[in-house]
Amino acid sequence: MGSLTGTALLAASVAPAVSPKAVAPSVAPSPPIAAPSIDLVGVLPVLIVLGAACLAVIVEAALPKRQRFVTQVFLAVGSIIAAGVATVVLGVQGHYVVTFAGAIAVDSATYVMWGSLLALAVVAVPVMADRVIEPGGVFAAEASAVIGSPRAKQATAVATPMQTEVFPLALFAVGGMLVFPAASDLLTLFVALEVMSLPLYLLAGMARRKRLISQEAAVKYFLIGAFTSAILLYGIALLYGYAGSVKFAAIASAARAGGGSDLLLLAGIGLLVVGLLYKGSVGPFHLWTPDVYQGAPTPHSAFMGACTKFAAFAAMLRVLQVALGSMAWSWKPVLMVIAVISMAIGAFFGVIQQDLKRMLAYSSVAHAGFLLLGVMSITERGVTATLFYLLTYGFATIGGFNLLMLVRRGGLEAPRLADWAGIGKKSPAVAATMTIFLLSLAGIPLTSGFIGKVVIFTAAMNAGMGPLVVIAMIATVVTAFFYLRVIVMMYFAEPPATSVAAGGVEAPTVALPSTLTLVTIAVCAILTILLGIVPQPVLDIMHVTFPMLS
Amino acid sequence: MSSFPYLLVLLLLPLVGGIVVAGMGGAPVRTAKFTALGFSLVEFVIAVLLWFDYRSLLASGSAEPFGEVVKVAWIRSFGIHFALGADGISLILIAMTCFLVPIVLGASWEEKLPAGRTISGYFALLLVFQSAMIGVFAATDVFLFYCFFEVMLIPMYFLVGYFGGPRRAYAATKFFLYSLLGGLLMLASVIGLYVASGHVLPEGTLDWETLRSIAHQIPESTQVWIFLGFAVAFAIKAPLVPFHTWLPEAGAEAPTGASTLLVTTMDKVGTFGFLRICLPLLPAASQKLVWLFLLLALLGIVYAAIVAAMQTDLKKFVTFTSIAHFGFIVMGVFAFTTQAMAGAVLYMLNHGIATGLLFVIVGMLIARGGSRQVADYGGVWKIAPVLGGIFLVATMATLALPGTNSFVSEFLVLIGTFQRHPAWAIIGTAGIILSSVYVLWIFQRTMTGPLRGAAVVDTGSAAYDGDDGPRGRAPELEPAPTAGSSGGAAVLVAAPAEPKVKAGFGDLKPREIAVVAPLVAAIIFLGIYPKPVLDVIQPTVTATMHAVGVSDLAPATQNLNGGGN
Repeated sequence: MGSLTGTALLAASVAPAVSPKAVAPSVAPSPPIAAPSIDLVGVLPVLIVLGAACLAVIVEAALPKRQRFVTQVFLAVGSIIAAGVATVVLGVQGHYVVTFAGAIAVDSATYVMWGSLLALAVVAVPVMADRVIEPGGVFAAEASAVIGSPRAKQATAVATPMQTEVFPLALFAVGGMLVFPAASDLLTLFVALEVMSLPLYLLAGMARRKRLISQEAAVKYFLIGAFTSAILLYGIALLYGYAGSVKFAAIASAARAGGGSDLLLLAGIGLLVVGLLYKGSVGPFHLWTPDVYQGAPTPHSAFMGACTKFAAFAAMLRVLQVALGSMAWSWKPVLMVIAVISMAIGAFFGVIQQDLKRMLAYSSVAHAGFLLLGVMSITERGVTATLFYLLTYGFATIGGFNLLMLVRRGGLEAPRLADWAGIGKKSPAVAATMTIFLLSLAGIPLTSGFIGKVVIFTAAMNAGMGPLVVIAMIATVVTAFFYLRVIVMMYFAEPPATSVAAGGVEAPTVALPSTLTLVTIAVCAILTILLGIVPQPVLDIMHVTFPMLS
Repeated sequence: MSSFPYLLVLLLLPLVGGIVVAGMGGAPVRTAKFTALGFSLVEFVIAVLLWFDYRSLLASGSAEPFGEVVKVAWIRSFGIHFALGADGISLILIAMTCFLVPIVLGASWEEKLPAGRTISGYFALLLVFQSAMIGVFAATDVFLFYCFFEVMLIPMYFLVGYFGGPRRAYAATKFFLYSLLGGLLMLASVIGLYVASGHVLPEGTLDWETLRSIAHQIPESTQVWIFLGFAVAFAIKAPLVPFHTWLPEAGAEAPTGASTLLVTTMDKVGTFGFLRICLPLLPAASQKLVWLFLLLALLGIVYAAIVAAMQTDLKKFVTFTSIAHFGFIVMGVFAFTTQAMAGAVLYMLNHGIATGLLFVIVGMLIARGGSRQVADYGGVWKIAPVLGGIFLVATMATLALPGTNSFVSEFLVLIGTFQRHPAWAIIGTAGIILSSVYVLWIFQRTMTGPLRGAAVVDTGSAAYDGDDGPRGRAPELEPAPTAGSSGGAAVLVAAPAEPKVKAGFGDLKPREIAVVAPLVAAIIFLGIYPKPVLDVIQPTVTATMHAVGVSDLAPATQNLNGGGN
């Protein structure tokens, strides 16, 4: 455990720019050491984000506290947009390449994944900068201050501005997410996973309010994440033992040729896939999800819900298709069972949740089950469908979580279902927008979530998974029940009477967010409707061609 | 072809109307109400024009299979089009919807909504709902059909949940989830149909005409699975008996206008779906599963009739009569004779008119008495003869008395079914008897006899009636035991003086008479002269029969219009 954490931290500290180079020689042990070919243009979006992250660290050290916030926000949002532009330009040019000695594969799928991830990140990250809803910011002013200490109390009392280290952390996470689905060998995959995860652990523990539960979430997330890393690493080791290489292409050809120890191969696949499933919060590997989503600062929950899930499933798509595609007979039945379990857990546990953040967490588990259907179909359509679904799910989730921040009581978020009673009367706009997101998550026509369901279930049906599609439909109805319950609360229930004077509980109020947050919520809502009515252009853009490079 | 895009206008006009009315929050309520009514009347006029246009298309022989086509590619990767078209069946239902909406708006003019709800919001939602209904009837792409099928849930969900009675949230949620379950199973089938078409054609498609042309090439086992998904959705929507439990709840809790539309138009989507999708697109499966639907239909006819007779809630009573009628419609659809199927389509229209009238008049009664309980009413005819008369017309149409519209369709269904399945038809005929039991009993309990019931009699006056002072304190106990005939007589003897009628419980007002008059006229007109409607229905029914691959048995006559020809 300790050594593992050490590895992870080491990986994170060296990962940004150096890791692919550091890894490459070790996997190509042929006697004459040839310099690996490096195409920096192909990975430009990654370089922009990680470069900006490093720059942000310097900003943190160099600039006076007063100027940091604005600089950091501009740097973060600007670099994500710049990376997005670079992705679009390269994608249009068709700059497909396998570089860093086969460690990174940049193909049409990679560009689609990067573009979508950056699109989600650009709406998720600005919300972290909101300092209007919660005076000083949703993140802690001094995360290192002992909880309950005078310093910590003071920081909250006078609304000391939040720590701006949040932004470089988020950028590092985005960088890791970009590398994760582009990784073409298992070590790069692992390093990217760590680069992505470590900032997420930290950010989860940085909530300004409810510090204890936030730190608890961080510790849980970290411990389970570390376990997962170990499992994944073990899987990598076994696969290396089987194929003699960590490259996806080599593993694929070794598996196709057969002859080695099947035990090594199958156990390796199992452990590797379980590691990835943990990150995608697929049930029954979801146990961290509700606690972390609940405890983490809400913008961070949104970020994790949309972007981490995207990265995890995108990586799964590549690994299962490229490296383990020929072994589909071995993992497909298992994943089918897992998909059903995930849908069932997400749907049925979601029903009994009284906390909306936990409800969204279980909804993410159920959606992970639906997503697995797309992953398992291993066709061009399946990949496009999965990515499209992830995109639609991401926007609805970011929008939903962000709206959760607005309903507050006594300065704290009020995420209990009962707190949302009568919001439709208090703030029709919040209720209407939330309804759009919930209907999309439930998969009602004219929302993006519906088109997502159609494309993913079509892909699954095409791949001969008809019975699973029917099960997924039934699970969808169950999830619709708890989404609907929120709508019932918002519109059909009477708001609780304000009776502070009588010693009762103060009624929740609806806070007004910063302009930036408002814009991101609006963007999420518009895209949710737009992708539901005219999905064709986006489906065209997201078209992925096979075979994926490696 | 006509140049005027009737269907597109019919689809969009109510939506625009809904948005306009919803945006009139600040304007006087009266203005908003008249705006909504104006939109619905213009819509009705366009529907009438569409009717005549379709008739001329029929006459020129260019209405096959759809007249008035609008078709634009929507989602290319899945062969999905935004395609609208009207055949005889959808035309009838579109016309019925456009006919009913202004009536419903008129009937809801002074609707008592829960506190804090505005009538302009209510009218706006009704118009939006109408738009979705037109869409579902006009869609000629299976995917588009599905979209409207689901989208129409949302306005109805809010109509029930936001504007409904005391248990509205429960009823709305139950309704929504039930429909969504059916809808999503149907989505699985839509996808299955797409995938199956991809095995026959180079590219999968969801275009109705293309699918119909390849329907016989899809293997039967595949068809059965796809069929079942659709069938569950339609059976829930119609509703057929084991899937019906949402309807009495939703129908009773929704405000009268909304429940009228719910029962008369939205439920038709179920039977319409059988005719539009299951039969022509999945012919082998339809033939194979005929027995199942005939069974469910009969079950519905008998079971719903018995349950209807037992109802204590007026609105629930109407929904159960409606469920019984849907049994007849489904029986007609699956009997596979031209007469039965034409009868079923005609029944869909006639049910809309007859049950519409029954619902509207029951709503007017409830608006006066403020109670949905049957036991709270009695002898209403004495104080509201016009209301009682209209109620009688509605009940007679409901039990399909000859001379009313329902008789024609019920007779066609039964005679058509008899040709192929005599036993089923005979049992079905028993349903007519049962229907007269529940209908006449409810009429007798509410309309005839001495004035009684907490909703009719001013119970406040009981306090100075002297002797029965203590009973006057518990008015809800008073009327219940007097429902029987002897009890009624006892009241007469004990209190020779007429009980004081509750304030405001009067006869129909001119507005209300204007609302019910078109329905009464339609009931009588279609009962005597159904030919214009049958002329529109027949070509489509023949085409559907042809698509299923069945033809009438030898003794059956192709001529629906009796001896007139």
